[in-house]
Amino acid sequence: MAIFVNQDTKVIVQGLTGGQGKYHGLRNKAYGTQVVAGVTPGKGGTDVEGIPVYNSVAEAVAATGATASFVTVPPKAASAAILEAAAAGISFIVCITEGIPAQDEARTYNTLVRDFPNVRLLGPNCPGIISPGKCNIGITAGEIAELPSAGGPNVGIVSRSGTLTYQALYELKQRGIGVSTCVGIGGDPVPGTSFIDCLREFQNDPETHAIIMIGEIGGSAEEEAAEFIKANVTKPMSAYIAGVTAPAGKKMGHAGAIVSGGKGTAQGKMDALRDAGVKVGQNPTEAGELMAEIVAGLR
Amino acid sequence: MDLFEYQGKQYFARFDIPVSKGDVALTVDDAVKAADAAGYPVVVKAQVQVGGRGKAGGIKLANNADEVRTHAGNILGMDIKGHVVKRVWVENASDIAEEYYASFTLDRGAKKHLLMLSKEGGVEIEEVAATNPSAILMLHIDPVDGLSAAGALKAAVDAKIPEKAQQGVADILVKLYRCFTEGDCDLAEINPLILKPTGEVHALDAKVSLDANADFRHPEWEEFKATEELDAREKLAREKGLQYIGLDGTVGIIANGAGLAMSTLDVVNQVGGTAANFLDIGGGANADLMAGALEVINSDQNVKSIFINIFGGITRGEEVAKGIVEALGRVDLRAPIVIRLDGTNAEEGRSILANAGIPESKLTSKPTMLEAARAAVALAK
Repeated sequence: MAIFVNQDTKVIVQGLTGGQGKYHGLRNKAYGTQVVAGVTPGKGGTDVEGIPVYNSVAEAVAATGATASFVTVPPKAASAAILEAAAAGISFIVCITEGIPAQDEARTYNTLVRDFPNVRLLGPNCPGIISPGKCNIGITAGEIAELPSAGGPNVGIVSRSGTLTYQALYELKQRGIGVSTCVGIGGDPVPGTSFIDCLREFQNDPETHAIIMIGEIGGSAEEEAAEFIKANVTKPMSAYIAGVTAPAGKKMGHAGAIVSGGKGTAQGKMDALRDAGVKVGQNPTEAGELMAEIVAGLR
Repeated sequence: MDLFEYQGKQYFARFDIPVSKGDVALTVDDAVKAADAAGYPVVVKAQVQVGGRGKAGGIKLANNADEVRTHAGNILGMDIKGHVVKRVWVENASDIAEEYYASFTLDRGAKKHLLMLSKEGGVEIEEVAATNPSAILMLHIDPVDGLSAAGALKAAVDAKIPEKAQQGVADILVKLYRCFTEGDCDLAEINPLILKPTGEVHALDAKVSLDANADFRHPEWEEFKATEELDAREKLAREKGLQYIGLDGTVGIIANGAGLAMSTLDVVNQVGGTAANFLDIGGGANADLMAGALEVINSDQNVKSIFINIFGGITRGEEVAKGIVEALGRVDLRAPIVIRLDGTNAEEGRSILANAGIPESKLTSKPTMLEAARAAVALAK
């Protein structure tokens, strides 16, 4: 089992003919993901190393039966690409595009909620999702993800930051701890999928036995997750929050990562998670060590 | 990008939000010209991006050209909480009957737009929120629906804005909402929103923060960028397409990804060091970007060591390594580098670095983030 995707998930790549789309789309395919088609308006009928390209998502879906899309198009075109995928019947959309205006994100998210309630958007500005050995959609290097072990215990990862997602995978790999699914939700102000969405799925996934959560400064998503954990998550967890030393009022790279008006501090988030029974590390390595202790207890 | 008050008012004017007649001035002479054109009495206001300028003496009323000369002379060059006043805004003084508050932001938790409206304006809204929270109307707006004229009027009524001002406030709310959405603001705030004795409603101040991601569809933002207050390092970094924030420590930081960069700052701090900066070279970093990043770090005189922390996803290890080798050829780095390289093509990257003939006094490689942080901090001491 894995959350959101599995070995049968058929994926199209919107933007497959672009530099990034080609590089990562082919890498996802080489990992074993069922990348069945690409979509680039005006390039229908061509192919990228054997992957057929269609003019529209609707054509690609009709021809392949794909249910997931990997959106890797420029910020200007990303919102339209997401809504096109939803309208064409895609139910899981991963958007890695960085730099989409917040107003577009807010409109796109609320349009999905209203018109396509069964569609899940992951991102934008996220690294994607990997269920080791089954499916990899996005930009994660597959080889750093440890395969889940048949009997467990296996760990689910959910993270707001791209590179810290890889760091978390790497920490577990070095300790030989299997990963059920690793989800990068992205650092933008309006993420399509929240910590809570992922925590709920991990809690219900029989092959996930423990969970690592990686957060960062800004907003209140981690505090909301802590409330949810308190009430609903019985699986053991470790966590790390980036940005303890970030100065107030400065955006630390991500549009969403800013401490303003004394809110969204790393300390407040760590306190909330500790209060919910989560073991909180001071750095990613410590979060990995804490998880190793949890897993040893489960074995 | 935060705008100065005068820029905010100019931006408001694009959306037909009524603001006072006035102009910006960099010199005393220009301030007098602006006052003559606006009509006396005028208010001379320091243009700084920090609160509390009134208390600091940065806002003065002037009844004639001589008074403008005196006040503008005092205010220009004034230091307000570390911000030196380079410009004043001179506008026709308004008679004020009542002061309200209005703003639009994105509520990230609710994923909707948030209108905050209060009949208690003219003071810090945080203060009202703390002492009298029921005086603030908080209304969520679905970005797909937007704010209708009827919705705006209902908000004015619900916020207990006096009846005589309700329609005027509602009209401005609709315009301010357009400014917020079509104008791609992170924040559009009017405090105070005033009612004049004559019955008109009017924006007496403007606080606008623009979403840099929407830059591509706003050519009119160019003039705002020209006045942005960045330090020299931040300017250089921006020219090179890097996400950089200057800090005052001694360990220069280069990392890929905002999260890892933040985490790198944290780890340096935990092992007893201080970071000189936040620098995210982003996904897809290539040799040029890495060389540029090293140049920016090298321009910071406080830097005693450089910690490069790369975990490859989009960023490929061999590109990073090539960038470092190229940069060492191009720039005479004053500080030694400690690198930790993992992820996509890390092996290739490490072998490029090992075979480039760089002396160990200039570059050392460490297998983990913590070890690299310790080494970099030791070198900075």
